[in-house]
Amino acid sequence: MKIQQISLFAENKPGHIAAPARLLAQGGIDIRSLYLADTQQYGILRMIVSDWQKAAEILETNGFVAKTTEVLAVEVPDRPGGLAEVLGALEGTGINIEYMYAFPVRGDEAILIFRFADPDAAIGLLQTAGVNLLASEELLKR
Amino acid sequence: MNSVLETCSVDCHPASVPDYTPLEELRALQLLRLQTVVTRAWQHVQLFRERMNERGLKPEDIRSLGDIALLPFTVKSDLRDTYPFGLFASPMKDVVRLHASSGTTGKPIVVAYTQEDVDVWTSVVARALAGCGLHRGDIVQIAYGYGLFTGGLGAHYGAEELGATVVPTSGGQADRQIMLMKDFGVTAMCCTPTYFLHLIDRAAELGVDMKNLPLRAGVFGAEPWTESMRKHIETKSSIEAFDIYGLSEIIGPGVGCECRRHNGLHIFEDHFYPEIVDPETGDPLPDGSEGELVLTTLSKQAMPMIRYRTRDITTIVPGKCECGRTLRRIARIGRRSDDMLIIRGVNVFPSQVESALLQIEGTLPHYQILLTREQGLDQMEVRVEVTPHMFNDKIGALQELHTRLQGALDRVLGIRVRVSLVEAFSIERSEGKAKRVIDRRTS
Repeated sequence: MKIQQISLFAENKPGHIAAPARLLAQGGIDIRSLYLADTQQYGILRMIVSDWQKAAEILETNGFVAKTTEVLAVEVPDRPGGLAEVLGALEGTGINIEYMYAFPVRGDEAILIFRFADPDAAIGLLQTAGVNLLASEELLKR
Repeated sequence: MNSVLETCSVDCHPASVPDYTPLEELRALQLLRLQTVVTRAWQHVQLFRERMNERGLKPEDIRSLGDIALLPFTVKSDLRDTYPFGLFASPMKDVVRLHASSGTTGKPIVVAYTQEDVDVWTSVVARALAGCGLHRGDIVQIAYGYGLFTGGLGAHYGAEELGATVVPTSGGQADRQIMLMKDFGVTAMCCTPTYFLHLIDRAAELGVDMKNLPLRAGVFGAEPWTESMRKHIETKSSIEAFDIYGLSEIIGPGVGCECRRHNGLHIFEDHFYPEIVDPETGDPLPDGSEGELVLTTLSKQAMPMIRYRTRDITTIVPGKCECGRTLRRIARIGRRSDDMLIIRGVNVFPSQVESALLQIEGTLPHYQILLTREQGLDQMEVRVEVTPHMFNDKIGALQELHTRLQGALDRVLGIRVRVSLVEAFSIERSEGKAKRVIDRRTS
């Protein structure tokens, strides 16, 4: 259920995302999702890609500081209340979301990406609540 | 006294009389004082005695001023290694003052003065200010820091000795400095040149035109500055700007100062003997050649410094100054032979930055120090390359790292710096080594 996400440190300057994007393209890597968390000075580029091991290798050999993190992907209906239902399953459990982001997919669905301090505990809770957790290969097909 | 002031040019101030000692008499005095100070250090300072013994030297081997080249050097690390009192030649009951400056490893460098030393210090600063044309009746604002730093108190005593009215503002609070300059009718300012540049800009913002103030002289030191900065200051404020030189290890401000000819800084040679040596080999160089300034305190009691390596690169200006002083001059200090940086008057070594980074990370990331000047004030930025070890994909964790680095650098350096986290390999390297310091402070 856990998905490997690649995070990249980037300075908040024009052109600083183009270089890694180009390298991944040359390596035939498809970027499935991308999210940039930024401050005034720097940002963290978070990506879920078609082949994370190859992507990490490409980035590291080219001098980028990259890190892989385990995240969870949840599919929800893309309608009012979709997110609230998932969060409701976690409410009062003491499970802490370190960060999350979301993107819509074809059809009427949206995908939520979560990073939890304790992903295993979160998997248990979400599955019990009947939340649709996606495995890596499922996410890449969406 | 008044008649002297009225009839003489400013260079004839009574305090300045020793500046005109005939050369032969000056050299004889220097030799006598050199022999005395070497004997004193030999008797009371163990480190010096050991170094003399290693060379098979005795104080009586110093028979001419040229023999000074036989003596061992003293370096900054000697002061650190003997911290706090190891180089004192007077018992503490005779020491009336201690000052200290920042050190590279957290321990400061301590210097001591007997009453006689304080009196000598006072007299050389008075001579420096007299050479700048200041005298009784001048109102002198001293915006060097007061405290352990020698700048404030050194300038203060000298200006009082001269009979001037002293306004001891110490550093900081630019708006108040400007208000007092205006309201008190201040005629002379003592501070770092970059701080004065800042005051000029701030005064303009406050609608105060420095050109309309009674201010006529600025005595600037504690950091290297340039001719173009002098021009800028003089144009913007209609004052005459003087360069004063000194270092705590020798006495503080007042080791040397420009006269109104502005053609080098006269060293008060009756108390401080200057030599220029090759910074690599330590060999003495003739007047006129560029090298490292080495100073010997000829009259210091509490803490004699024999052949102290200042690390300041300069030349002894050959020939006699038009002002008539017999004192030799050094050219403005442009650079140093070590990697010490002077930022807003504070001494900073890149090794201090390294130790702060090491404290936080346990390993040393690639870093670069970027120096710029904004509104006349030195700014120091430390750019740190983010390593895989430091990187965390949570923004909060990176910000926390940023805060810790900032705190460690502020603590170790004692000045506010800007910390930037930058991408790996973004700091240019030559031959694999990152260029540690980029100095863009011009003007």
